[in-house]
Amino acid sequence: MRCGVVVFPGSNCDHDVYHVLKHVLDQEVSFLWHDEETLKGAELVVLPGGFAYGDYLRAGAMAALSPVMAAVKRHAEAGGLVLGICNGFQVLLEAKLLPGAMRRNQGLRFLCQDVYLKTERNDLPFTRDLAVGQVLRLPIAHAEGNYEDSAEHLDALEAARQVVFRYVQPDGSPAIGGEGDEWNPNGAARAIAGIVNAGGNVLGLMPHPERCAEEILGNTDGLKIFQSSVQFGAKVAMSGYGGRR
Amino acid sequence: MTVLQEPTVGPELARAQGMTDEEYERLKKILGREPSYTELGITSALWSEHCSYKSSKIYLKEFPTEGPHVLEGPGENAGVVDIGYGWVAVFKMESHNHPSFIEPYQGSMTGVGGILRDVFTMGARPIACMDSLRFGEIDAPRMRFLIDGVVRGIGDYGNCVGIPTVGGETGFHRSYNGNILVNAFALGVARRDRVFHARASGPGNPVLYAGSRTGRDGIHGATMASESFDAESEHKRPTVQVGDPFTEKILLEACLDAMRTGAVVAIQDMGAAGLTSSSFEMAGRGGMGMRLDLDKVPLREAGLTPYEMMLSESQERMVLVAKRGREEEVVKVFRRWGLQVAAIGEVTNTGRAVLVWHGETVADMPVLPLTQEAPVYRRPAEPPADMAERQRPPEVPLPADPMGDLRRLLATPELASKQWIWRQYDHTVRTNTVSGPGGDAAVLLLKGTPSGLAMTSDVNPVYCYLDPRRGGMQAVAEAVRNLACVGAEPVGLTDCLNFGNPERPEITWQFREVIRGMTEACRALGAPVISGNVSFYNETEGRSIHPTPTVGMVGVIPDLRHLPEAHFLAAEDRILLLGNASGPGELGGSAYLRLLHDVEQGLPPAVDLAAEARLAALLRRLVAEGLIHTAHDLSEGGLAIALVEACFGRLLGAEVSVPLSSVDLFSETQGRAIVAARPFTLEKLLRAAEEAGVPALPIGVVGGSDLVIRTDGETLRSPVADLHEIWSTALPKALGL
Repeated sequence: MRCGVVVFPGSNCDHDVYHVLKHVLDQEVSFLWHDEETLKGAELVVLPGGFAYGDYLRAGAMAALSPVMAAVKRHAEAGGLVLGICNGFQVLLEAKLLPGAMRRNQGLRFLCQDVYLKTERNDLPFTRDLAVGQVLRLPIAHAEGNYEDSAEHLDALEAARQVVFRYVQPDGSPAIGGEGDEWNPNGAARAIAGIVNAGGNVLGLMPHPERCAEEILGNTDGLKIFQSSVQFGAKVAMSGYGGRR
Repeated sequence: MTVLQEPTVGPELARAQGMTDEEYERLKKILGREPSYTELGITSALWSEHCSYKSSKIYLKEFPTEGPHVLEGPGENAGVVDIGYGWVAVFKMESHNHPSFIEPYQGSMTGVGGILRDVFTMGARPIACMDSLRFGEIDAPRMRFLIDGVVRGIGDYGNCVGIPTVGGETGFHRSYNGNILVNAFALGVARRDRVFHARASGPGNPVLYAGSRTGRDGIHGATMASESFDAESEHKRPTVQVGDPFTEKILLEACLDAMRTGAVVAIQDMGAAGLTSSSFEMAGRGGMGMRLDLDKVPLREAGLTPYEMMLSESQERMVLVAKRGREEEVVKVFRRWGLQVAAIGEVTNTGRAVLVWHGETVADMPVLPLTQEAPVYRRPAEPPADMAERQRPPEVPLPADPMGDLRRLLATPELASKQWIWRQYDHTVRTNTVSGPGGDAAVLLLKGTPSGLAMTSDVNPVYCYLDPRRGGMQAVAEAVRNLACVGAEPVGLTDCLNFGNPERPEITWQFREVIRGMTEACRALGAPVISGNVSFYNETEGRSIHPTPTVGMVGVIPDLRHLPEAHFLAAEDRILLLGNASGPGELGGSAYLRLLHDVEQGLPPAVDLAAEARLAALLRRLVAEGLIHTAHDLSEGGLAIALVEACFGRLLGAEVSVPLSSVDLFSETQGRAIVAARPFTLEKLLRAAEEAGVPALPIGVVGGSDLVIRTDGETLRSPVADLHEIWSTALPKALGL
C-alpha cells in the first residue's frame, strides 16, 4: 500500500511511523512535507505525533491551516484513509475532520505511560484485525489528551458508534474516572481515547501504536492497527476500487 | 550612526567582570595595548572558569582518555566512540546548575537544549537523554518550586524536541539547599564516516550563522556560572537564557540536512559565551583566523552593541563554515526549515579574530593566545580540617524493627520511586527504548543491528564528602556494575564534576582526590573518559555542596535477545547473591545511617576494583549466555533495598535467608549484585561464578506475595504490595501533591 507520513516542522514521531510501515510491514512510504499541496498518491495518510509548529498555540491549531492539510481534507472527503496519532489526532480535531476538542490533561502534567484500550469496533479499515472488546496495551505521551465535547455531542458520537477506543482497566472493565485515575489518566470525557469520522475512514487516537509494533520492544499490540489499515488497502487495490486521487 | 557609549576599560572594570588583575595584565600583554570594551568582555568570558577550565585543567589531564573504542576524546563538543556495524556513539554530560537555581524552568530547559546541540553539532542524531538531579531537602525554602520547575523544564524541552529521557537519578540532601544540581546527559549516534567537527579551515570559506536571532538574554551567563551565590543572586535572573524547544527541533533537522549536502566544513553551536566562544574555538582548533561582520548578525531587536552580540547566550544558534561557492546549498536547507541564516564573515589565515561593526573594527585579537594560553591555576589543596572527625567510625544503632526500618527507608524521597518525575518525560519516542527509567541502566536499540546501547548515571555525594577518592572510585565502579547488569561492556565515560569554590584549598583537594579515585577506577575497569564538564562555585554564602562527580557511562550490549530485567520475573526462580556475601557490614555513609539516624560519618565502603572487574565480567557472561532472568546491583540501602526493588516490578514476593545480622542487610558493601534464574540453571551459575572468581551464595527463591528475609536470629516479613504502596506514593506525598 502507498503510505504517506506528513511532516510538520516539529513532528517528532514521523520517523517512528515510517519505520513501522516501511521496515516492519514492508510498505511503500514517503514523507509529505507540510507545505506540499498533493499527497504523492498516498492511499493511507498518517499524521504523526509531535509538536507541530511548536504548538505554542493550542495543539494542532497552526498545523490545521497548513497547505498539506487542504490535500488531506480532500483525500478524506473522497474516502481515503487518514490516521492521526497523538498530535495528529489533535490536528484532525482542529481541522474539523473529527469532532470535539482536547483540553490539557487533568493534573496539568505531561504523561508518559502505558494505558489499556478497549476496542469498540472492528468493522473499520483500521481495526479489522482486532476483536470487539479486545484490550490493547499502548503507550501515551502527551500533555493535551483530555478529550472533551458537549454532552449532547458526546451522546451523538456514541450513538453513531464513532468511539473506537476507550481507556479501560487492564481486564477490560471501565476506567474509574476522576482525578488520579490510573486508567484514564488524562481525564478524557467518557474515557474516549480514539474516534472515527462518520464515514469510517478518518481515525484519531491519543496513544501511540507505532511505539509498540516490534517484538524487541516487548509489545506488539500497536502493530495490529497498522496491519489492519494496510491489509484493507491491499484488498481495495485488488478489487479495483479507490486508487489514486 | 549610533554612537557607542561604552564604559572606560581598566583593571577595575575587568575585576567587575570576574578577571583578576594578573589576568588583565596578561590580556594587555597579549594585545600589546589596552583592550577595547568588547575585547575585555570577550576575554572575561573565554577566561571564565566555565569556559577555560583554568582551575581544573591540570587535574583533568590525569584521566585516561584512550581506549579500543575511542575515536575522539575530550576537546570536541562531545566524545565519539565506535560501537560497531559502522556506527559511532557521541555523548556528553553538562551542568546547568547556576541558571536552574535562579530560574528552574528555563535553566533546566536550556541545559537540555545545550547538551543536545553539543551532540548534533557532531553530526549525530540524539537518541536519548538522562538527567542527574540533586535537590535540597524538600522543605527547604523554594525547594518545591525548584523541583517542579526543573522537572517541567526537562520534560517540556525533551518532549518537544522528541528525544526520549530514558533515565537518570534524583537525590535529596541538605547540602544542595542553596545550590541545586542539574546535569544533563545526551547520547547520539552517527555513521562512523559522517562525524563533523568544529574546526575552521580554508581561508576564504564563508562563516554562516543559523538558528534563532540574537537577543539580550544570557549576557555573561558563563561568568555568572563561575561565581558563588549570595543574597543578591536573585538579581542575576536576566543572565539566564530562555529556551525554545521547537526551534531546537527544526535546527536539529536542518543541521543534519545541511551536513548531508557535503558543503559544510565545520559546525559549532553557540553555547556558553555565545558567538564569542563558538567563533574563537572554531578558529583556534583549526589554527585559523576569522573576520566577522557584526552588522550581519540576525538580531531580535535593534540596537544591540558588539559587546552584547558577542556575549549574548540566546539559545538555539549555530555557526557553520561552508565550502566557498557552495554556501547557497546550506542556506537553502535552513530556509526550507524556516530558520534565520546569514553569512556573517569568513575564515582567514591571519590567526586573528577581527570584528567589524558599522565600518569600525571593534575587536582585533590573536586567537590562539586567547584560547590556548588562557590562565591555568594550580590552586592550593588541603584536606578539610574536620576530615578525621568525618571519618571517625560511627556508632551504628541496631534496628529494633528491621522491617519497620526498611519501610521508613522506602518512604524517603531519596529511595522512593521517582516515577512521579519520569512519567512527565517522554521516554518511548523514537522507538528505541527497550528498557527505560527505573532500572539499573537504560537499554536502547541500535536499529538494524542485533546490539543495543546501555546508559547510566551514578554518584554518591555522601561517599565523596566522607572520602573523595573512594567516592570518585565508587561512582565509576557503580556505573560499570549497572551496565554489567544489562550485559553491557563500557565504551566510554562522560562526567559532570560539581564542586564548591576552588579558591578554597579544601575544595581543590576534594577535586584532586575525586579525580584520583575516578582515574584509578577508569583504568581498572576499562572506561576511558571521552568528554565532560566541570562546575565549580556551587556554594551559597560560603557553604559548599557535597562533592558530586556525576558519572555518565555508555556501554554496548552485543546481543539483546537475552536481556534480563532488574525485577524478579518468575516464581520458583533461584536468587543468588554475587560478590562479598558475608564480610563485615560497611555502614559508613550509608542510607541507613544518614536517612534513619541522621549520621553522616565514617569511611564509605571500600572499593575493590579487581573484584568489581570480575563481577562485571561475570554478569556480562551470564547475560550473553541467557542464563538469568534478573540482575540488579546493590547500592544505596544495601541488600534490603535491592531485594525489595526486585520484587516491585511484577509485585512478586521472595523468600530469602542470609548469614547476616539484620543491620547488615543495610550495609553498602560494594561489588555485589543479585541475580535470579530458573532452578535448573543454578548449577551452571555457580560454576560460572567460580570460574570468574566471584563468590556466589544462593539466598532464596522467588514467589508468593510476601517478601520474607531471614537473618541471623530474625525474620522480616511484609506483603510486597504494602511496601510498593509506600514506595510508589512517597515522593508525590512529600511534595504535597
